[in-house]
Amino acid sequence: MTILAIYIAIFVGAFFVVKAITTRLAARHDYTSLKTVTFGDESAITPDRVASVVSVVAIFLIWGAFTGSVITPIHAPGPFIGDATFTYTAEAVDGQKDDATVSFKVFEFGSVVEKDEVELGDGFAKNDSETVAAWRSKLIRVDKNDELGRKEGAKIVAVDGQPIQPGSEVSVASGKVSMTEKGTLNYKPAQGWQMEPIWLPSPEAVFKRVMRLQKEGYQNSTLMEHLGWSLFRVIAGFVMGALVGIPLGYAMGLSSWFRGWFDPIVEFMRPVPPLALIPLVIIWAGIGEKGKLVLLFLAALWIMTIAARAGVSGVKISKIHAAFSLGASKRQIMWHVIVPNSLPEIFTGARVAMGVCWGTVVAAELVAAEKGAGMMIMVASKFQLTDIVITGIILIGIIGYGIDILMRMAEKWLIPWKGRG
Amino acid sequence: MSGLILDDISMRFDLPNGTSVQALKNVSLDIKQGELMSVLGPSGCGKTTLLNIVAGFLAPTEGKVILGGNTVTGPAQERGMVFQQGALFEWMNVRENVAFGPKMNGVAKAKMNETVDHLLDVVGLQDFKDKAIYELSGGMQQRVALARCLANDPEVILMDEPLGALDALTREKMQGLVLKLWKETGKTIILITHSVEEALLLGERLIVMAPRPGRIHKEYNLPFAEMGVGADLREVKKHKDYNQTREEILTMIWDMEEEIMGRTESAA
Ligand SMILES: Nc1ncnc2c1ncn2[C@@H]1O[C@H](COP(=O)(O)OP(=O)(O)OP(=O)(O)O)[C@@H](O)[C@H]1O
Ligand SMILES: [Mg+2]
Repeated sequence: MTILAIYIAIFVGAFFVVKAITTRLAARHDYTSLKTVTFGDESAITPDRVASVVSVVAIFLIWGAFTGSVITPIHAPGPFIGDATFTYTAEAVDGQKDDATVSFKVFEFGSVVEKDEVELGDGFAKNDSETVAAWRSKLIRVDKNDELGRKEGAKIVAVDGQPIQPGSEVSVASGKVSMTEKGTLNYKPAQGWQMEPIWLPSPEAVFKRVMRLQKEGYQNSTLMEHLGWSLFRVIAGFVMGALVGIPLGYAMGLSSWFRGWFDPIVEFMRPVPPLALIPLVIIWAGIGEKGKLVLLFLAALWIMTIAARAGVSGVKISKIHAAFSLGASKRQIMWHVIVPNSLPEIFTGARVAMGVCWGTVVAAELVAAEKGAGMMIMVASKFQLTDIVITGIILIGIIGYGIDILMRMAEKWLIPWKGRG
Repeated sequence: MSGLILDDISMRFDLPNGTSVQALKNVSLDIKQGELMSVLGPSGCGKTTLLNIVAGFLAPTEGKVILGGNTVTGPAQERGMVFQQGALFEWMNVRENVAFGPKMNGVAKAKMNETVDHLLDVVGLQDFKDKAIYELSGGMQQRVALARCLANDPEVILMDEPLGALDALTREKMQGLVLKLWKETGKTIILITHSVEEALLLGERLIVMAPRPGRIHKEYNLPFAEMGVGADLREVKKHKDYNQTREEILTMIWDMEEEIMGRTESAA
């Protein structure tokens, strides 16, 4: 909730700041700036790149602030770390009371610390010392070393002067102390606002993990090998799907028999999400490489078939007529008119198919695989290695985004006439 | 080589709902080689249908088209076609578009290049030969379409409102170009238009069609095309016969439109 509020505040704040700066710096003088009606005019809405940059920075800032990262100057209050003490008051059966001090060393999770030796002090209650990791709590039998302990009928009645009984909790300077039903104290150092690394590691921890994964590998493969395998499967599956799907789509666009034969199949398979096929593919082809390729092939196949079919149907009849009048044969029209005319549709289909395949491969690897990005995060999550999980998610996102950018660049380069027919 | 004969052509479209449209009824025409014929008529009178039959894209339900003694059975390069717009191949540049016909027909490269260069000169697009189609204006695109059609050296050129989408000025220039090409190449040209002025200027012979069923209503033999070759078309328009014929045809078409409107109104 707090995080969402902060995020919205950054969103609104950045908007006003950036707007103030840009209007100060330079008034825009392009065509769009002269439009008086921009509301509802989609062409007047271009992504504000400053907003994109601020958006990404904001995510890292919030991430860093709530994980105590070095990349952010300001942090949300972290967990208590250091030496803490509180006193408890024990009451013996005969009503005599004595105070003793408990020293806690609260250490950062993952580091190793030794208990301090403390003087026992006077009175029947003796001083104690213990250690606890940040975000954790620790049960401590403070009466264990007391002269009059639980066995002798003594009870703890107060902590730092505040009365306590079984089931209740009191606040001390560095956290909270509660008492179990049996009368044992439970110390919980203050947690602060930051996320525990096991829930959300800091950006630099993830970055370090990326480096380590690449150097040492995880589950017998380096990071690059995991990602490479996923990418290889996607490309292999997509290429096979395209090699079958595009000719099939052309055939469906050119022949009534093909159209009639495959229409029910294609229309039936189209709404079935590839993920739903995973169990069946595992049963049929096993969890090995073959199964995954079959799955990705199927994921790409229908999309490419439909794209190619739409590409053929979309060719203007006057172009075909013109080509026939110019003496072209059917074969020549196929190559010089229908194929180039359908390229824009096929490219759009290819972009969709690559996206779907990339999502499907990760899901398939989550289910079963020996290598791959999905397998990596699945195994890591079982061992609560959150930094690996996040590393995997970020890289999967970046690669998916990268694929789409590459496809768009290829499209611009290969079919510059798209949308200008 | 000899003329183009349309022998008693009728065309009926049977619609899926059981009714049928008589798009053309008993249309006969004898077009001499090298004739420039314009076709005029209210919307829906079957002009496009007629042209599609001559081009070979449609088979008439009755009658036949004969070119040079042979019955037309399908599209072929002897009958070139210029469409209104959007029939150029935008994945090819200007040059490749014009070269399309010769290339498909296996013309030797040297000869093909010569033809293409010559035609680009004729239509005044030599400087644009490497440009993409979508970089050209509408008028330039139609000049490419003309050149592409001519590159194949067809016997007959069929044009379905080739200048329909152009602005008045560009249109006038293009009309001059069509006349020039007609005179220089001696091709038989059939040109469909919605503009009475264009039909007068670009028709040695002018056919006015009437709708429902589509048929030939009236025929004119006109001197303006011959006068217009290489001359200022605006001067031709000042000719007194020009204005008189124009008025006559306008009234004729106006009456036909009135009649159609009246009929649809009473039907409704
Ligand atoms: N494929 C078709 N199926 C059914 N009816 C058709 C078809 N093509 C044309 N028609 C009908 O035939 C008639 C003539 O059409 P056509 O397109 O030849 O007219 P047109 O004279 O070219 O009209 P315009 O000047 O508007 O282009 C119209 O009534 C039209 O509805
Ligand atoms: Mg028409």
